[in-house]
Amino acid sequence: MQDIVERLEDMRNRARLGGGAKRIEAQHQKGKLSARERIDLLLDPGSFEEWDMFVEHRSSDFGMADNKVPGDGVVTGWGSVNGRLVFVFSQDFTVFGGSLSEAHAEKICKVMDQAMKVGAPVIGMNDSGGARIQEGVASLGGYAEVFQRNVMASGVVPQISMIMGPCAGGAVYSPAMTDFIFMVKDSSYMFVTGPDVVKTVTHETVTHEQLGGAVTHTSKSGVADLAFENDVEALLQLRRFIDFMPSSNRDVPPVRPTADEADRPEPSLDNLIPANPNKPYDMKELIEKVVDEGDFFEIQPDYAGNIIVGFARMQGSTVGIVANQPMVLAGCLDIESAKKAARFVRYCDCFNIPIVTFVDVPGFLPGTKQEYGGIIKHGAKLLFAYAEATVPKVTVITRKAYGGAYDVMSSKHLRGDVNYAWPTAEIAVMGPKGAVEIIFRADIGDADKIEARTEEYRQKFANPFVAASRGYLDDIIKPRNTRRRICRALAMLRDKQLENPWKKHDNIPL
Amino acid sequence: MFDKILIANRGEIACRIIKTARRMGIKTVAVYSDADAGGKHVRMADEAVRIGPAASAESYLKIDAIIEACKQTGAQAVHPGFGFLSERAAFCEALEAAGIVFIGPGKSAIEAMGDKITSKKIAHEAGVSTVPGFLGVIESPEHAAKIAGEIGYPVMIKASAGGGGKGMRIANSEADLKDGVRGAMNEARSSFGDDRVFIEKFIEQPRHIEIQVMADGHGNVVHLGERECSIQRRHQKVIEEAPSPFIDAETRAAMGAQAVALAKQVGYRSAGTVEFIADANKKFYFLEMNTRLQVEHPVTEMVTGLDLVELMIRVADGEKLPFTQDEVTMTGWAIEARVYAEDPYRGFLPSIGRLIRYEPPVDVEGIRVDDGVDEGSEISMFYDPMIAKLVAYGDTRNEAADRLYDAIGRYRIRGVSHNLPFLAATIAMKRFRDGRLTTGFIAEEFPDGFTGATLDPYEEGALCAVAVAFERANAERLARISGQLANRGKTDIATIWTIREGRTNRRAEVLTAEDGYDVTVGGQRYAIRGSLDATIAVFDGRVNGEPFAVQIERDGIYYRLSYGGRELEALVVPPRIAEALDKMPPKEVADTSKQLVSPMPGLLVSIAVSEGDPIKSGQEICVIEAMKMENVLRAERDGMVSKVHASAGDSLAVDQIIVEFE
Repeated sequence: MQDIVERLEDMRNRARLGGGAKRIEAQHQKGKLSARERIDLLLDPGSFEEWDMFVEHRSSDFGMADNKVPGDGVVTGWGSVNGRLVFVFSQDFTVFGGSLSEAHAEKICKVMDQAMKVGAPVIGMNDSGGARIQEGVASLGGYAEVFQRNVMASGVVPQISMIMGPCAGGAVYSPAMTDFIFMVKDSSYMFVTGPDVVKTVTHETVTHEQLGGAVTHTSKSGVADLAFENDVEALLQLRRFIDFMPSSNRDVPPVRPTADEADRPEPSLDNLIPANPNKPYDMKELIEKVVDEGDFFEIQPDYAGNIIVGFARMQGSTVGIVANQPMVLAGCLDIESAKKAARFVRYCDCFNIPIVTFVDVPGFLPGTKQEYGGIIKHGAKLLFAYAEATVPKVTVITRKAYGGAYDVMSSKHLRGDVNYAWPTAEIAVMGPKGAVEIIFRADIGDADKIEARTEEYRQKFANPFVAASRGYLDDIIKPRNTRRRICRALAMLRDKQLENPWKKHDNIPL
Repeated sequence: MFDKILIANRGEIACRIIKTARRMGIKTVAVYSDADAGGKHVRMADEAVRIGPAASAESYLKIDAIIEACKQTGAQAVHPGFGFLSERAAFCEALEAAGIVFIGPGKSAIEAMGDKITSKKIAHEAGVSTVPGFLGVIESPEHAAKIAGEIGYPVMIKASAGGGGKGMRIANSEADLKDGVRGAMNEARSSFGDDRVFIEKFIEQPRHIEIQVMADGHGNVVHLGERECSIQRRHQKVIEEAPSPFIDAETRAAMGAQAVALAKQVGYRSAGTVEFIADANKKFYFLEMNTRLQVEHPVTEMVTGLDLVELMIRVADGEKLPFTQDEVTMTGWAIEARVYAEDPYRGFLPSIGRLIRYEPPVDVEGIRVDDGVDEGSEISMFYDPMIAKLVAYGDTRNEAADRLYDAIGRYRIRGVSHNLPFLAATIAMKRFRDGRLTTGFIAEEFPDGFTGATLDPYEEGALCAVAVAFERANAERLARISGQLANRGKTDIATIWTIREGRTNRRAEVLTAEDGYDVTVGGQRYAIRGSLDATIAVFDGRVNGEPFAVQIERDGIYYRLSYGGRELEALVVPPRIAEALDKMPPKEVADTSKQLVSPMPGLLVSIAVSEGDPIKSGQEICVIEAMKMENVLRAERDGMVSKVHASAGDSLAVDQIIVEFE
């Protein structure tokens, strides 16, 4: 037995060394940590249990038979983040450039399968040159095995991709199907075809960073959710993020103990809404004053800023926040914001996370760009997502809730459980001025008349009473009491049960 | 006594006057512009009347609107506060015509003292010592140069109708002088609609000392001692105190006698202030007389035990002063710090916005806060950027200063930049504690602007220890998050931590104690006691048994602590994480040196360069007006203008690019 133990130790050491000290040093030179260093920082110390350390590729072409490294370019296993179970895989760029072989893919599939069985998140740390070209089609098969599992796991366990190096070609489609994509600035990129091919085909000259860097994907394409300064910051933030996540669709959101009182008043919210209806205010102030400890984990902060989405806690328990942002495009809905929020709402619904919606929406953004871009179908995504969601839904209208956008934003009609309005709320088909110009078209030349009619319309509809009289609002609340009222509503809704009719799956307008 | 008075002002002074009136059983009427519709003074008053749009010229400076408001509400008298109409003879006149009492001096006194040239002549006649200079209007820069040559440099250029430092310049040479005269005239014209300026000898190592006088309509005039207001920035007072650490009883009596003589000479009534400048030999010279309540009046109130606003109201109602000069006493020490909405780290540029968090230190022994805002109030671009006056009282100067320092530490303001860090740093300085003040204090002590205070090693360590205690408490809380693995075993709550600020790591060791933590930083042990949960914004606990207040903010994984003008922005992590961070290469910061950006929101008054112009370091590029102050932006190095992005008359946002250089 002794020689087996020695051999084992030797193999472990070889595996731990990955592509060797020199390549690890090269990785550090690029400002990147090694695959194992990343796992060490992500997981609680001593909690990592590695699987398949001895797996090697089975390829013999192009001299590969003599070129084997135990682990085959990916470190997999499980461990904990603040005591909670997670499965991880971390691609090792020092071994064959982190390229994906059949065996490498099998290792990833194994942790995914196990994660689904036990109900725990899968965290992938991507740092790979792409397919193992020496293996040819076997490598492609490996990708597809992973893709299939990404789809099966979708909505069963949270899947989070941390892009920490290259991720190009077919490889992008695994992260693309996970729930969240985080990237590291300056050292990660994602694209389907790289700068060289782009240059040949379209004659555009772009850098890796411009084409698919963290800034590009978090601000232009919306592919990625967050960009972090470096590997370490990214992993620390990922730990913070996991603290918000339920473990699976069978789990309830985690509860973090807090000293923040549920009935904490915030008097300054009483004057958050400016007297002038056309003056913006910062919706983030409301979110930060309402949620536990002001601790808000925003998703996609640099993309479609007219809507804010992210995670927070109420009385210790995770909630999803969706809010129109009057500071950007007056908070109106458009293609990008509808897609951003729809995906977020569906995520929350998958994993039993209650949704708190703050509404100040003047309508949909008009224009040819929007119509040609398909705002009809994209806008419908958010409507669809809210309508199908069965998790607790609490909505607070702070100011404008105009037209179809009112319906969309978690209205009572879309099975909103508790719908509140502030006294400053205006629930109407449109703003008073626009409405009067349609209803009293004949009077348009007469400024006095129009003004009088506008005032009349304002009196009638620019308030929450009409909606409240129909029961579209459950109550009109004082802004200062918003936290208390939401906490109470969520407590009441804790054991909410609602099921949609059986179906194979729905047909959301993609 | 009046049944009802109107306060023709806004902000903290309106609130302060309302407080006294209410105590006296007098009903109050507030006036407000559209920008102040929800203001604190409006809510505090018994009634409120809208007087116009946001711009002061169309609201707080509109005499007829205020008289109309008096008539509408039946107010019998008006307190003007300071600024706005407080020193306008025309306002006095209009009130008189309408049969409304002006709570202040008579029209003739205002007129006589309102003009700096006339007031000097009168002071001279009353036997008050005055600064050598030219008591006439300057006609041109050349004229100024001739006079300056006669009285000798350095000289001071002042706006005849001036106040608050506007239209004021110091010139050390003829070149300085010509620029200065032009600048002062422009500023005077835009601020007061009157471009007359005069010049006088500039006193070196000067201290600003002023005498509070109080007079009734029966010929009784007393003085209430002095205030020293030498700590000024660009002639704006920042820290004021009473008494002055410089003045002895003899000098006080001499200054007081001159102030009283001047007040008598002009038939003064109500509260007024005679400002002097004193040199290193305690020689003092008359500067001007302010015919109104001063911003810094609370320090006098705290040491004399009098309520100046009450006295003003009583005197205006015809009462006699209830005490004589012999009965006036000064007990203890009071220091006031003006809390401004300005960014000390960016050249004190004004800051505007909503007070997202506002928690002044109330109910603290020896502390008085005069403010006119609440959490959620807006600091607008239309009015003075002063948020509040923080006043501390103590038996001794040191006690007052210690209390002020501590109160600054507890004062929580978020949403606008503010000068609290700067105030704390100033109060802590040895030179301040020694009372070695001059009006050049700030310029001399902060020649390169303010970059944050340096704490002594013990306090620096304490600040780090508090940060570590918070993170340790947070780690213990995270260990209780729900849904953990069953056999998790010993949790990994670290005892060794690293405080990482920028790329600097400091090691700390934490031991749990009965009601807190004992944290060792740099060989020093700190016993941290107090509430450390994540809702705490102002840590108000004890460090090694001594009270210690630290402000703490959390931004995701980062901590931001402030104490005594020091801001610590740091990660608190186990050492292995700090070591990993050491491996991360530093990122390059985007080069903005090729751009001139607007440091504040404001109006672009003029732009002195065009595309293709070569520029020299220090050359004027443009002038931005904000908060009624003209700010000249200059080139930081030699170069060439490649692009001009804005033109005169544009409204600029903060960080908006104005000019790019090659």
